[in-house]
Amino acid sequence: MKKIGLIVGLVALCTGLQAQKYFTRTGEISFFSSTSVEDIEAHNKTVTAVFDSQSGAIQFSVTMKAFHFEKALMEEHFNENYVESDEFPKSSFKGKIVEMDKINLKKDGVFSSEIKGKLTIHGVSKEISTQAQFTVKGEAVIGEAKIQVNPEDYKIEIPGVVREKIAKELEVTMVMNFVEKK
Amino acid sequence: MIKKLLLCGFVGMASMSLQAQDDLDLLDDLGDNPNETTYATASYKSTRIINSISLENTAEGVLDLRISHRFGTINSGVDEFFGLDNAVTRIGFDYGIKPWLMVGIGRSTYEKAYDGFFKAKILRQSTGGKNIPVSLQFFSSVMINSLKATNPAEDLFSSRVGYTFQAILGRKFNKGTTVQIMPTLVHRNFVKTRAESNDVFAMGIGGRQKFSRRAALTYEFYYIPDGQLAPEYMNYSFSIGVDIETGGHVFQLFLTNSAGMNEQQFITQNTGDWADGDIRIGFNISRVFTVKKPKN
Repeated sequence: MKKIGLIVGLVALCTGLQAQKYFTRTGEISFFSSTSVEDIEAHNKTVTAVFDSQSGAIQFSVTMKAFHFEKALMEEHFNENYVESDEFPKSSFKGKIVEMDKINLKKDGVFSSEIKGKLTIHGVSKEISTQAQFTVKGEAVIGEAKIQVNPEDYKIEIPGVVREKIAKELEVTMVMNFVEKK
Repeated sequence: MIKKLLLCGFVGMASMSLQAQDDLDLLDDLGDNPNETTYATASYKSTRIINSISLENTAEGVLDLRISHRFGTINSGVDEFFGLDNAVTRIGFDYGIKPWLMVGIGRSTYEKAYDGFFKAKILRQSTGGKNIPVSLQFFSSVMINSLKATNPAEDLFSSRVGYTFQAILGRKFNKGTTVQIMPTLVHRNFVKTRAESNDVFAMGIGGRQKFSRRAALTYEFYYIPDGQLAPEYMNYSFSIGVDIETGGHVFQLFLTNSAGMNEQQFITQNTGDWADGDIRIGFNISRVFTVKKPKN
């Protein structure tokens, strides 16, 4: 009888330890480039993201063709000439929520933590880090962060003719509406 | 006791391995998004291969101003500066009404022709949620010849009109290679002799091969079965050229044996023969304007 109790206890402990996952398939990433010549803006509302509430591991997967622009020709040039979406269909982020232990997902509130990890765009990976904010509201967890991306760091060539139309640093905004994975 | 310990160890290990897996790849665990469909885009740089309509559509809310030129034949010699002294011009506007529907109008100096067309996507090449290996489009145009009548007494408006119906079936094989076939029916309300048929069937093939990020080789050819056209028009239209993209423009430069730019003209009224050197230099210029912004 004792034995059974022990097993049940162990199993309970194990499942208790087993991480909870929070995910979304409708996360939003937008980027903005502002120069004196032209403002360029693109939105992607089909980002897949997931994080593990135990380990703090976090990952994004971004379909490049799902970025939509104001001008159809910009979108074509973005996919064809810059990020080369046929060759590199997805960008990704793989990293860690550093202060996961400070975030209480069981209680409504706003928490912030550093996030760091590897961002891969156009087949080139770079270590990045940024401050993110997590808003817990009932079942939902909204994660928000902003980063600056320099296209040259990811071997995205911008030819001289359009150089002054595209900012050196693009402001990338992320808003992820996570829900618990059941 | 040993059993118990073993069990503990086993359960512990199982939970540990679960944990480790989570750290490795959270996304894999989530699986692919079953609803995500990726469509083939940018099969061509332009909505025309050279003369032919391509698989590409003018985007919704975008107006495309197109100016096309076909010079005289190269074999006209130095006296005509190898054809550059003469040119046929078409000026036209295309517009994307819906992502799947585009329309266009144009005026050409060849036969002072007015033309109008529409093109609708029936199938869109895609992978993922929906898996379709090819794109299929339907194209139809009407052309009206507005040359002065040689014999006004016998002039009927209906005799000036011709129609084209075309299916465009194609595939973007990879980022650089696209090929399409174009079964075509041209109906001419009026033909000069009984030997010519009003309905002309032709089979076209065309495509592009990119050789750099901003430049591509383009080609197209139409085969016409015998017995439909008068001998002087029995020349298969063949064109070969390059597409060069420069920001908002696409510049198409090519060699062709056809002077006309409407389907009826370049397929059924083609007087040029490559073998005789009836080759023309031609170009198409396209400039797009976003008229209606897409809603976000």
